[in-house]
Amino acid sequence: MADPGASIQEIELTLNGEAVARTVSSRQLLIHFLRDELGLRGPKIGCDTGHCGACTVSYGGKTIKSCMMLAAQADGAEIETAESLASPGGDLSELQESFRANHALQCGYCTSGVLMSARFLLERNPSPSDEEVREGIRGNICRCTGYVNIVKAIGAIGREEVSA
Amino acid sequence: MTAPAQKTIEAPTFVGQSMPRKEDERLLKAQGSFVDDEGMHRMGYAHYVRSPYAHAKIVSVDTSKAEAMPGVIATLTGDEVKAMTEPLFQFAPRANGQQVVEYLLGVDVVRYQGEAVAVVMAETREVARDAAEAVEVVYEPLPVLIDGVAAAEPSAPVLHESLGDNIAWKGLFDWGDIDLALENADHVVKIDKLHFHRYSSTPIECNAVLVNWDPGTDMIRVVSNNQFPMFGALVIAPSMGVGIDQLDFVSQDIGGGFGIKINSYTHIGVLALLSRKAGRPVKWTEYRTEHHQSAGHGNERTFTDIEVPVTADGTILGFKMKAFDDAGAYLHYEPLGAVIWSQVVPGPYKLKHVQVDYTETLTNKCPAVPNRGYSRMQHIWFVERIVDIVAHELGFDPVELRKKNYVQPEDYPYTTPNGCIYDSGDLPTALDKVLEMIDYEAARERQKQAEGTGKRIGIGIGTTLDSGTNNFGQSRILNPELPFSGNGEACTAMLDLYGEIMLKLGTNPQGQGHETTAAQVAADILKVSPENIRVWAGFDKSHSTYIGFSGTYASQFAVTGINAVIGAVEKLKSEILIVAAAAFGVGVDDVELANGSARMKDNHEAEIPFIGIANMVFANNATLPHEIATSVSLTCRYVYVPKFEVPDTEKKYGNLTLTYATQTHAAVIELDEETGKVEILDYAIVDDCGKRINPMVVEGQVHGATAHGIGAALKETFEYDEDGQLLNSNFLYYHAATATDVPHLKTDHIESPSPFTGTGAKGMGEGGGAPVHTICAAIQDALSGTDAMVTDSHNPPERIWRMLHTPGERGVTVTSKTSDG
Repeated sequence: MADPGASIQEIELTLNGEAVARTVSSRQLLIHFLRDELGLRGPKIGCDTGHCGACTVSYGGKTIKSCMMLAAQADGAEIETAESLASPGGDLSELQESFRANHALQCGYCTSGVLMSARFLLERNPSPSDEEVREGIRGNICRCTGYVNIVKAIGAIGREEVSA
Repeated sequence: MTAPAQKTIEAPTFVGQSMPRKEDERLLKAQGSFVDDEGMHRMGYAHYVRSPYAHAKIVSVDTSKAEAMPGVIATLTGDEVKAMTEPLFQFAPRANGQQVVEYLLGVDVVRYQGEAVAVVMAETREVARDAAEAVEVVYEPLPVLIDGVAAAEPSAPVLHESLGDNIAWKGLFDWGDIDLALENADHVVKIDKLHFHRYSSTPIECNAVLVNWDPGTDMIRVVSNNQFPMFGALVIAPSMGVGIDQLDFVSQDIGGGFGIKINSYTHIGVLALLSRKAGRPVKWTEYRTEHHQSAGHGNERTFTDIEVPVTADGTILGFKMKAFDDAGAYLHYEPLGAVIWSQVVPGPYKLKHVQVDYTETLTNKCPAVPNRGYSRMQHIWFVERIVDIVAHELGFDPVELRKKNYVQPEDYPYTTPNGCIYDSGDLPTALDKVLEMIDYEAARERQKQAEGTGKRIGIGIGTTLDSGTNNFGQSRILNPELPFSGNGEACTAMLDLYGEIMLKLGTNPQGQGHETTAAQVAADILKVSPENIRVWAGFDKSHSTYIGFSGTYASQFAVTGINAVIGAVEKLKSEILIVAAAAFGVGVDDVELANGSARMKDNHEAEIPFIGIANMVFANNATLPHEIATSVSLTCRYVYVPKFEVPDTEKKYGNLTLTYATQTHAAVIELDEETGKVEILDYAIVDDCGKRINPMVVEGQVHGATAHGIGAALKETFEYDEDGQLLNSNFLYYHAATATDVPHLKTDHIESPSPFTGTGAKGMGEGGGAPVHTICAAIQDALSGTDAMVTDSHNPPERIWRMLHTPGERGVTVTSKTSDG
């Protein structure tokens, strides 16, 4: 969308496995690019300071907060969002199923970000302790669950308690 | 006594089960729809111009530079709003007509940092933000008032000239005979001051509104995350001079609310006016800093001149105190809080004599709005503090003192000094259970062993009430002229053309799982699976069913919402049976529902699936007797209305709430003498909300409310400096509880069914702030043997360190009769 007066840049990146090329305003945040330009609903906005984690996405295999960088900086990047965890009409992933079974979400606003942090954690530590899970999602604020069931849902993956 | 309004569901299959939620799949797959996910053709973006001053005269607002910027669509100022609208409705104007005058945007004077004075609409978010910066506002600063107690002094600067002083509401609540009790008591414990701090449960999704004032139809479509849209409509429609029939409120998924999102109606009004001016839809998504500065804070309350009469055996007779509630700069939903606390006057105890001199004041702070536990939490914290301080000062065991003074199981239904009826409960059992969960004896042992190590152990108990389904008639205690009383909720249950079952609710949940619990209830009545029931997600005024109380707030869905569902589904069931009986040529009593069909009771082969029933009514009605074809619709609306009376406004007496869920918490903490830091070692909760429709959902609510309370007790506070600048205006400075701040929470429950709700269920979502009571009690316990007194609800390390290392006045005195030596 036009941003009168702002300089523009061409960027190309891979989003959830698909190539994307766009012209972006140089000052547009990555989160606004993902939401407003590409129409994603997974990454969300909950704060101005990088603390809430609702905008967490995978960026070259690491999790980042997409409100903390510009879209222009993502040129050449590989980005994955919560939309990548299951196909729109397909089954839930094991992690998502564990969240459902354990009531690890209420309003669902923080959930996409929490899922991305949880996936990152489990990729590096397949059987995390409760303390390790809490450390792993410390950058994601959830106001509904008190984290109890989120910790349970992520831990259940490591303990192989979930059947997707 | 209130009779059950609905019959209990017999032999339930799904009610009572921890079923995974219907809502979850779309939310987990990022297929939910929150306001910011929505857009409209030709939509612009809004950004507010906000005051940097806490109190200032607005000398001028110049939007010309902003309007000249490329991409700017329109601007709107306070003066324009004043010219086209009426001031917002006030709950309690004084008899002489004096009242706060507030418009949808700031006019003439700003009264808190972050107050909106103008709004800009542009083609992009970024341009709107730039253009808002280009609006030139000249302010003339005025004296700032941030102390809610000092605000009541005659010498305080007056915030609202139209009011004449800073008193939003004042009243004396007096039940029993407190002076006689104080005279006859064996001990009188006096406490100078207790203070409940300001915080907010800060939903992660900030406020957001998308409005289109359609120039063709004059309809105003409002996509928002407001959680009580009917209240918003009642306030803004008269101000804007529009009919409520013009307002179409829409919301699907809402990212948490906790009461705070009741307050967003001013934005709905402003943005509607902006949309009308621009002739285009406009979207506004609040920034976190705006949210903290202006979306609303929970009530801050200061209790002074507290006197507590106690008999020698530890019976607490009541209390006397002055309360000063700080409403902030404007009255949004307030001063309702000035009466809502009186739903729980004695807390969970049998206190008989109570006198409260209540003053609600206006200050140069963000308006106070309902926040989870609204107004009752502050009061029960006060009651729990005085019980704990009495135990501490007079040497009673805090467990035994509580048990002695609790409302006992055999006392229910228990009438409080002000006429509220506590419906059911078993507090002593809950307390025993929660103490077992933390292994109380072992914790006491651990406390002894820790003595002298520099790490003090403290054990705290917090008992609380979550009063739900309130009687809006209590608002008349503030203003007898108010046309509000009772409560209720609506539901429509219907079959669609091919026999599909649909429910439309009047509520707009923010994560409470209404689609799931409503379906569980309906499935049991219609003898189908919850999977066969589509509960329309969210609320849309154009198709949802509603009454003036509709919304999701104040711990009531399990009662008002569920009973509306039961009523509507029972009606639908009876229509299905009527149609089937006519088709079989038998009486209605000869047919029943099973497996998605109506069948003959004595011949199960004779059955008509719902698709057949729907066909006869919707597309094949010549096959039905004419009187039946014209009397059934398979579209059944029901409004549940709890039985209430208008309270006695003179005596401030009456039943203000239908149900009282209880929560009993216990915590073991470790307090570091060197740093003042508190670590929670063990935390347990026993919940009692009567019959649970979906235990997993109930437990989730308990967890969430507990995390809010733990955050509030230790980490979360809104503080202003002397210039009225908010020091915690984003998550960098406002430490919302993270996964490493909240310990594992052990939960259990007991079940005391409510005799007043038909199902036995009680509302329970707010939780009553028990962790704040519990952590304060645990800190007090850890500080045993010192002179320190926990007198504030918020205890960060520096406050605890000061209590330990620089003790000041204790602020507590005990006067005891000495006749027996």
